Amino acid sequence: MVTPVGTRPAVPAVPRTGRRRGWSPSRRVLPYLLIGPALLFELLVHVIPMLTGVSISFLQLNQFYLRRWLQAPFAGLANYRIAFDLQSEIGLDLLRSVGITLAYSAVVVSVSWLFGIFGATLLQSSVRGRSLLRTFFLIPYALPVFTAVIVWKFMLDHDSGLVNHVLAGTGLGDGNTFWLLGDNAFISMALIGIWRLWPFALLTLMAGLQSIPTEVYEAAEVDGANRWQQFTGLTLPMLRPVNQVLVLVLFLWTFNDFNVPFTLFAGSTPASADLVSVHVYQSSFITWNFGLGSAMSVTLLVFLLVVTSLYIAVTSRRARNA
Amino acid sequence: MRFRTFGKFRKFTATLAAVLVAAGLAACSSGPSGGDPMTITYWASNQGPTVQRDKEILTPELEAFTRQTGIKVNLEVIDWQHLLDRITTATTSGDGPDVVNIGNTWSASLQATGAFVDFDDATLAKVGGGDKFLATSMSSTGAAGITPTSVPIYGLSYGLFYNKKAFEAAGITSPPASWSDFLAAAKKLTDPAAGTYGISLAGASYTEGAHFAFILGKQHGGSFFDASGRPTFATPQNVAAIEQYIALLGTEKVAVPSSAEHARTADAVADFTSGKAAMMIAQTNTTAAIAAGGMAEGDYGVAPMPINDPLPAGGERVNSHVAGINIAAFKDKNTDGALKLIEFLTSPAEQVKLNQEFGSLPVTKDAAADPAFQGAKTKIFLEELATTSAPMPMVPNESQFETTVGSAVKEMLAQIAGGKPVTQAEVQAALAGAQQKLGGTG
Repeated sequence: MVTPVGTRPAVPAVPRTGRRRGWSPSRRVLPYLLIGPALLFELLVHVIPMLTGVSISFLQLNQFYLRRWLQAPFAGLANYRIAFDLQSEIGLDLLRSVGITLAYSAVVVSVSWLFGIFGATLLQSSVRGRSLLRTFFLIPYALPVFTAVIVWKFMLDHDSGLVNHVLAGTGLGDGNTFWLLGDNAFISMALIGIWRLWPFALLTLMAGLQSIPTEVYEAAEVDGANRWQQFTGLTLPMLRPVNQVLVLVLFLWTFNDFNVPFTLFAGSTPASADLVSVHVYQSSFITWNFGLGSAMSVTLLVFLLVVTSLYIAVTSRRARNA
Repeated sequence: MRFRTFGKFRKFTATLAAVLVAAGLAACSSGPSGGDPMTITYWASNQGPTVQRDKEILTPELEAFTRQTGIKVNLEVIDWQHLLDRITTATTSGDGPDVVNIGNTWSASLQATGAFVDFDDATLAKVGGGDKFLATSMSSTGAAGITPTSVPIYGLSYGLFYNKKAFEAAGITSPPASWSDFLAAAKKLTDPAAGTYGISLAGASYTEGAHFAFILGKQHGGSFFDASGRPTFATPQNVAAIEQYIALLGTEKVAVPSSAEHARTADAVADFTSGKAAMMIAQTNTTAAIAAGGMAEGDYGVAPMPINDPLPAGGERVNSHVAGINIAAFKDKNTDGALKLIEFLTSPAEQVKLNQEFGSLPVTKDAAADPAFQGAKTKIFLEELATTSAPMPMVPNESQFETTVGSAVKEMLAQIAGGKPVTQAEVQAALAGAQQKLGGTG
């Protein structure tokens, strides 16, 4: 039903009952009222804990002050000096951990994106069983992380794991590899990280591809562009806004990944898989030095903010110049 | 209609805000529980094969306590992986249980938090007096010279478990008493082609690594802390102790290779009960896990953990740390109820029942004399606990010592499993690094 512009629909006269009219929020207040609960939860769940963490990083908060943590002595920048002191084992360990985390993020994000774009492009064409394949590919993303990682842990076990068994059976290996120890622990962790995250890349890229009009491809075909040229000249540029968000989200998720290493190594994380989230946890909860742990957390928060801001600035500029 | 909806919305948001503020305030409060004085909460550690089994064992006993005192106990059994985190969080928030079990090696670290009720003479009297406990178990209740903040509840010590049939087949007539005899026996029992080995270790468990570093360190005359509580990790004695332990997997090659991946004692027990490993050095309550693994009690024997013979200069005849579990009461809670429960659980009758069920050792003199603990195997563990065990360093940094040194040992075993031998210089450097990590502002 269309109401003619400039005319008012006839409103039946309502007899006044004498009741006081209830308060009606104005148009200016309403949005704030609606956003209020979310804002309150955001404050309680994110902002206040984050600010508390920042303040703890300036305190000498160890087991002696755990119970009266508000009375922990002010440590100034001492925790930061320790975390950054590359002459000491603590500073070197943190640097090593950041390096491992960056490598983990780089490997997981790039491979997940490659698998995602490959899968999304394949599933874009009308192949038989496409819906079934889509569902199948999304299973790792739908599974609870803890359950999935426990299964991986069983599969990667040295003695009774499926991986060694299959490698030995097929002659691809001697079946005597320690997948959860030494440098192999990094490979195993990255493998699981990719397995978990590539379906998200697939899902996002599939949605992105569907928003590209088919006429563009038809025009390109008329102009003689082959599949590869269409992919590099049309698909990738048109997916840029999607990729921009996807890569950022994947990076933030992998950089902060705690569940995979913590579940996979049951609190005994090998040095090669010492992701920064686990490292901060160890520094805080295992060695009970919450001030130092918070200083490391704040440093990483600043690092991630800088990286994210730079990334958004660079990608946005490119998009504007495109 | 629209106005009425907004009225409701307004009420809803006001209520929500009130609830959130109230919840926030409640979360911040750390005062006395102040609730029902006839109800207490008890966080028990996981002593049996499963958390569920622990609940089955403890529930009837706690019901008996309720019948006796009228105090209802809310029980939660917490696995070891999460217990320390839960205690730390409870300490910070003030929102903890009334009574809690702790690993006795954490005593001094947790004592430093000031979260637990002091067991001074008057408080000890309320749980039956300090004299009722075994002296060795009481030695692991906090730093020397400071009022303890926990009392023992379950006792444990390390011992050598051996497979009788495997020993017989290898022609070994008696369990080894010295470390060199132990190595000789382990070599005889090792046949990689047949997939059998002398021993299995929980090599990826940092706590196990720290325990063996400490026990063998004592035998070498080493100490991880000096008299003033300063760390002294990288001494030649401690280096020698760790070299001796990791050699089982490295130069001696008598340990199941996947030991380096075993994060829990249960993994080593599985090797032992399946016949893959003929020996293991584990704590008293492993008997329950062995039974759960299907090995009959008559099929295995227990002997004291072998000791270096002759002892290196300055070495002590120590073959276990004073292992066990302590029980503590959180401050500002229902202290009266908590102490009544602690008295009940450390009473002679409960000590006998619970330690029998969990396969651990009694920590009170009366219960230790009970016929239930006079069996040959149990007596070996009790004897060790009473005479040749030493308390882990009772310093506030103890938990950090376990983490840093234990993790270093774990990494060295992983390096060996990966095919790279560990040199003496690497052990020295790892211990020096572990010591540095104890620094910080702490």
